[in-house]
Amino acid sequence: MDLSVQIGSLTLKNPLIAASGCFGYGVEYADLVDLSSLGGVAVKGLFLAEREGHPPPRIVETPAGMLNAIGLQGIGVHRFVDEKLPELRARRATVIVNVCGTTIDEYAEVSRILSDAEGVAAIELNISCPNIKEGGIQFGCSLAGTFDVVSAVRKVTRLPVIPKLTPNVTDVSSFARAAEDAGADAVSLVNTFLAMVLDVETRRSSISNVVGGLNGPAIRPIAVRMVYECRQLVKIPIIGMGGISDARDALEFIIAGATAVQVGTANFVDPLIWPKLLDGIVGYMKRHEIVRIADLVGTVQATSEVSHG
Amino acid sequence: MPIDVAAEVTANRPLSADYNVLALSAPAIAAAAAPGQFVMVKLASGSDPLLRRPFSVFEVLRTAGGVPTGITLLNKRIGISTSLIYSARPGQVAACLGPLGRPFTLVQPPHEAWMVAGGVGLAPFAALAESLHARHVKSTLFYGARRGDELFHLDFFRSLNVDLVLTTEDGSIGERGRVIAPLERRLAERGPAAPVMIYACGPEGMLAATAASAARYSRPCEVSVERIMGCGLGGCYSCVVPMLGDDGRFHHVRSCMAGPVLAADQVRWG
Repeated sequence: MDLSVQIGSLTLKNPLIAASGCFGYGVEYADLVDLSSLGGVAVKGLFLAEREGHPPPRIVETPAGMLNAIGLQGIGVHRFVDEKLPELRARRATVIVNVCGTTIDEYAEVSRILSDAEGVAAIELNISCPNIKEGGIQFGCSLAGTFDVVSAVRKVTRLPVIPKLTPNVTDVSSFARAAEDAGADAVSLVNTFLAMVLDVETRRSSISNVVGGLNGPAIRPIAVRMVYECRQLVKIPIIGMGGISDARDALEFIIAGATAVQVGTANFVDPLIWPKLLDGIVGYMKRHEIVRIADLVGTVQATSEVSHG
Repeated sequence: MPIDVAAEVTANRPLSADYNVLALSAPAIAAAAAPGQFVMVKLASGSDPLLRRPFSVFEVLRTAGGVPTGITLLNKRIGISTSLIYSARPGQVAACLGPLGRPFTLVQPPHEAWMVAGGVGLAPFAALAESLHARHVKSTLFYGARRGDELFHLDFFRSLNVDLVLTTEDGSIGERGRVIAPLERRLAERGPAAPVMIYACGPEGMLAATAASAARYSRPCEVSVERIMGCGLGGCYSCVVPMLGDDGRFHHVRSCMAGPVLAADQVRWG
C-alpha cells in the first residue's frame, strides 16, 4: 500500500499535514505526536519581524466551529530558523513554512531566508489571512496580486511554492489558475471564511478584532466544493482543508481533488488524532482495494440519474 | 507530559443552581498533577460544542491508602459546555487531557501562604491547600463570592487548618464587599520581616487589585489566569497575556504554556 503523495518535487510519506495556525511551530506537539509520522507540518505564519498579534479575546466558539482573529502573532523568520528549525529537523519533520508579508518584497525575502536554511521542505504563501489590515489577503483577493506574489517568490527559491488561497472571493478556482500561471507547485485551500459573532447583551463583537475567520466542521462542505471546482480548472496539486475531523472527511477532500489535506481545528479537540486519521485511511484503502492513495485523488463519480419511470 | 484519557464521571455534586463539582476517574492525571495545573475537558461527543474547555484541577481523589484515582473540577454553569458538565451523570465519559501548564511555586515554612479566591476562582486552591498543609505551611484563604450560598468547601479548608477570611457582596456571610479589602488590611498589619507568598485566582479585576496590593507591600504574588483557550497545548495562540519580557517590553505570552500560573508583577493588567 502506497500512502505517499507528490507536491511538486516534494514527496510526502502520507497526505496528512498539520495546518498552519493550528499547530504552533510544531515543537509544541513534539512530545505528544511523532512529527516524523506526518506527511508534513505547516508551521505558524512568519513575517520578517516578530509580531504581537491582536489583543484577546481572539477566538469564540460557533456551532460546529470557531471564529478566530489571532492576528498572525509570530516570532519572525530569523528566530524561527534559529530556535525552532533545529528541533524540527532533529524530529525529522517535513517542514512546510507558512510565509507572510506586507509587501511582495517581504514575501520574497522571507522565502529566500528559508530557502537558505537547512530543513525547510516547502513554502506555503499566506495570501489569505482575513485578520490583518495590511498585506496577506489584499494580495489573495486580487488575481494580479496573487500572480505577482507567487512570481516574485518563484524567482528566489527552488523549494515547492504553495500559495494558500482565501475562500472570500467569488471564484476561488480563478485564483488557483493565477497561481498556477505564476509558477506555483501546488495550491492549498481554503483559509478561513470571514465571519462575525456578536454578544447581543453588550452588542459587542465576541473577539477584539470585531471580525474573524471561521474554521472547523461548519465550513467543510463549502471547502470540499471549492477543492472540487479548483480540481476542474488547474493541473497542479491541491492541498485541501476546512473542518476535517476524521478519516472520512480527509477522504472526502481527496476524492474531491485534493492530493494532500491539512488538519487544523480537529487537532485542538484531539491532539492525538493523527494515527487515527491514518488508520482510517488505510482501512478505507483496504476495503476499496486501493493500492496507491494518489489513485483516489479527484475521483468523484458521475451522479447516477434517478429513473422516475 | 500530558496524558489524554477517556475519563468516566464517577460523581457529580451540585453545590448551587450554578456550581457543581464533577469527579472524573483519571488515575494517571491525578498522579501527575501539581497544584495550579489544568486539564482540557470535553464531555460531549461530536462537533457542537466543538472545543475542550480548560479547568483547574480542583481536588486530587485518592484511595484510603493514598493512591491517586481521579480528579474533581469546580464548574460554574455559563455556556453550553459548562451546562453539560453541570448536568453530567455518573457513567458518562469525558475526554480529559492533562495535566497541563505551569503550577504554583510551593513555599516552605517559615513562609506563610495567602490564597485569594473570587467566585469560581476557588478552583486551584483545594489542591494547593493540601500541598501546603503537607509542607506545614501556615495558610490563609481570602475568599469572596456574591452571596453566602456561593462560598463552597469551607469545611474542607478548615480541616486543613486554613484560616478563612470570607467576604460576600451582599454581606450574608463574612464581611460585606470584595475580598481585596481584608487582604489590604492584613498586608498593612503584617510586618515586612514576616515572609508571605500570595496566590490569587478569580476575576480579572480582583487579580489586578491583588497584584497591585502585593506590589505595594513588596510581597511575591502568583496569579492563575483564565483565558479563552482553544487547545491548551500552545497550538492556537488564543490564550495570550501581555507579559514583561527580558527586553523590558511586553509581549503576548501563551497562558497555557507560560501559565496559567504567572508572576503577578510581570503581567500588564488591562
